[in-house]
Amino acid sequence: MKNRTFFWFILPSLITMLLFIALPIVSVFVQSLYVEHKAVLIEVENCGPFGCTQEVQVDVAETAKLKEARPLGQFNGFGTYTNRNHLAFAEIGEAWQSSTGVRDLLSKALNLPFYRALAFTLTYTFVVTPLVLVLGFFIALGVNSLPKRIKGPTIFVSLLPMIVTPLIGSLILFWMIDAQGVLGATLQQIFDDPSLSLKASPKLTWIMLMVYGVWHSAPFAFIVFYAGLQTVPADTLEAAMIDGASRWERTRYVVLPHLMPLTVFIALIQLMDNFRVFEPIVGFSAQASATSLSWIIFNDLAGSEGQFFGSAGATSVLTIIGISILLIPVLIRTWRDFNRKVV
Amino acid sequence: MFLKAITFAGAVSLLGSTAMAGCGIPGGNVSILSNDFPAIQAVTAAAAACAEDGGSIEVNLTKDHKDIMVAALTANPAQYSSVIVSNSTLVTLMNGGLVRPLDDLVAKYGSGLSKSQLITVNGKIMAVAFMANAQHLFSRTDVLEKAGVDGIPTTYEQVITAAEAIRSADLMEYPVALNTKAGWNLAEEFVNMYMGTGADFFEPGTANVSVNNKDGVATLNMLKSLVAYSNPDYLTYDSNATQAEWEAGNLALATMWGSRGGAILDAEGSNEMVTSGTVLTAAPTWGNNARPASTLWWDGISISANVSDKDAEATFVALMNGISAEVVMANNDAAVWLVNGYQPSPASAGVAATAAGGAAPYPMLPFMGALHTALGAEISDFLQGTESAEQALADVEAAYTAAAKEQGFLK
Repeated sequence: MKNRTFFWFILPSLITMLLFIALPIVSVFVQSLYVEHKAVLIEVENCGPFGCTQEVQVDVAETAKLKEARPLGQFNGFGTYTNRNHLAFAEIGEAWQSSTGVRDLLSKALNLPFYRALAFTLTYTFVVTPLVLVLGFFIALGVNSLPKRIKGPTIFVSLLPMIVTPLIGSLILFWMIDAQGVLGATLQQIFDDPSLSLKASPKLTWIMLMVYGVWHSAPFAFIVFYAGLQTVPADTLEAAMIDGASRWERTRYVVLPHLMPLTVFIALIQLMDNFRVFEPIVGFSAQASATSLSWIIFNDLAGSEGQFFGSAGATSVLTIIGISILLIPVLIRTWRDFNRKVV
Repeated sequence: MFLKAITFAGAVSLLGSTAMAGCGIPGGNVSILSNDFPAIQAVTAAAAACAEDGGSIEVNLTKDHKDIMVAALTANPAQYSSVIVSNSTLVTLMNGGLVRPLDDLVAKYGSGLSKSQLITVNGKIMAVAFMANAQHLFSRTDVLEKAGVDGIPTTYEQVITAAEAIRSADLMEYPVALNTKAGWNLAEEFVNMYMGTGADFFEPGTANVSVNNKDGVATLNMLKSLVAYSNPDYLTYDSNATQAEWEAGNLALATMWGSRGGAILDAEGSNEMVTSGTVLTAAPTWGNNARPASTLWWDGISISANVSDKDAEATFVALMNGISAEVVMANNDAAVWLVNGYQPSPASAGVAATAAGGAAPYPMLPFMGALHTALGAEISDFLQGTESAEQALADVEAAYTAAAKEQGFLK
């Protein structure tokens, strides 16, 4: 393709990407560098049904003047990024000085909201992603070897967890694992422990969220792998059979290599999806035991007591950086494959 | 009784229809955003009846009103001409200058209001309150009796003793509940308990927080001893969950919102044994303090700043109709009304007793929201036993300070 033609060909997507991806990111980044104006406070008398009190209030007129002059707020540089509710440089530095060992340092870091959320987010990502890949692959293999007549219904049923809206799915499970719910009560019976509660202990909450994550995402991996299985060349499989390869050997040496590009694709999507885990935390009311980066952003923006736009912006930028770091290995691999094919 | 109710309702609807003709809306658009519970439904329904005067009246009742109100009122013209506010949400709206003073409207249309309904800030009327709310004690007298407990507890120390008695009598394993869902609810329990000590959250006249003190530690310890008698899932319990547990007969002592009283005492969703045994009393005191450990809340009318004077006037008139004495009399048990004509009932006894006991109103401070959020996020670590009370409170102060700096309240 000529350069000129290529340019006109790509222009619409370029403009769309600029408008809907690049600009919002830039705007979020700019917002994250600002905090709100210093509030002008005055002491006033408040009266109501329960009597009068002297209380501090914001002087709206004065604050409005400041806002008028500089609508973005006051410039704070990377102050929001380094404060206690984000990267907490000062607190980490102090913990480094005062801690007695790695364990102590770690527990001090995990007491800070950002690192606590990061710990759960990363654990979730690295536990759920491989499990989804493995489970999806085996479901696909299983379904693929079913007789034709029951294949359709089985596929439909296996896809259900993905069809359910994440928030609804987690709410349904939330009530099922309640101490009086069908799953919760059964577990209490099995372990013969009437005080067993999946919602009460942080460890069990983490496990529950990850089980939910696998349950919800496995169908995606399954359906992609299943589609891929339809393209495995029958000749090669037959040749392997004639050579005396067992079913396991055929899967290991023929099917798996054939599906490798799909595996990379699913891993990529799942890494991104799992890194921004959010709905199950809300659905399971799990914020006491597990928070994620996305949940922090949500909490900043949806807080009923005023919004923290700068803070939400900073966490968003940090999330983007986190996802980029996670994806580097996968992207490098894709890039190598791409180059190999071109040559 | 039934007949009486019908004739009464008939009388009210008659009154209502005459009121409709005389709503006297001068024309203009009315749109109301508000929380969703029975008392507010009654108020907004009566206000919406004014639509017969001509002009449009829209009502959006949602539990998520807090999340959308700032954005909706910042727009010019505002999306809603009125938000039904409470102590804390009025402050949020006033911080942004999103509600207008009501002095002229009250002078023109508010002759029937009593002075205590007027919420004045710096001499200007910013809202008109119509009901009060507070968290207070709900007790199952039948269970207490079976456990051999004398009378209804009036202090949290007695609540714990009674809970122990119920547990050791094998009546219930987890007799106690508070609205302890991590986040806003849990923070509200801390605020209630801390207010019971009479201590301040901030250094007077400043935005510097001071909760990491002996009162704060004692508050946390009291909460921890209470949740020891709560279901292990307590960190997921909000108002809906505690109400459901109560109605299912799983609780004997709970601190819940007064606005749930009517729903708990009615026959729906529960059985005779639970409803007949349930008694609502004042919020308990604790630690030899006289002040009930609760905060008083009011709900009231505010009018957006970013709407035309005509719409503002129409909205005010419609809402005055919504909180008229007729509406209050027809929905007497739905709330503790602050409106003339209200008759106290068993469902409101708890809130009334809490207010009479001298409980303090929820602080109307612009930076209270930031502290509330910090409390909701940080104190569950202590309750779960993963850190000390002092550490949890130090975390609260640090989280608050970082947030208050972002909001411009601290340097």
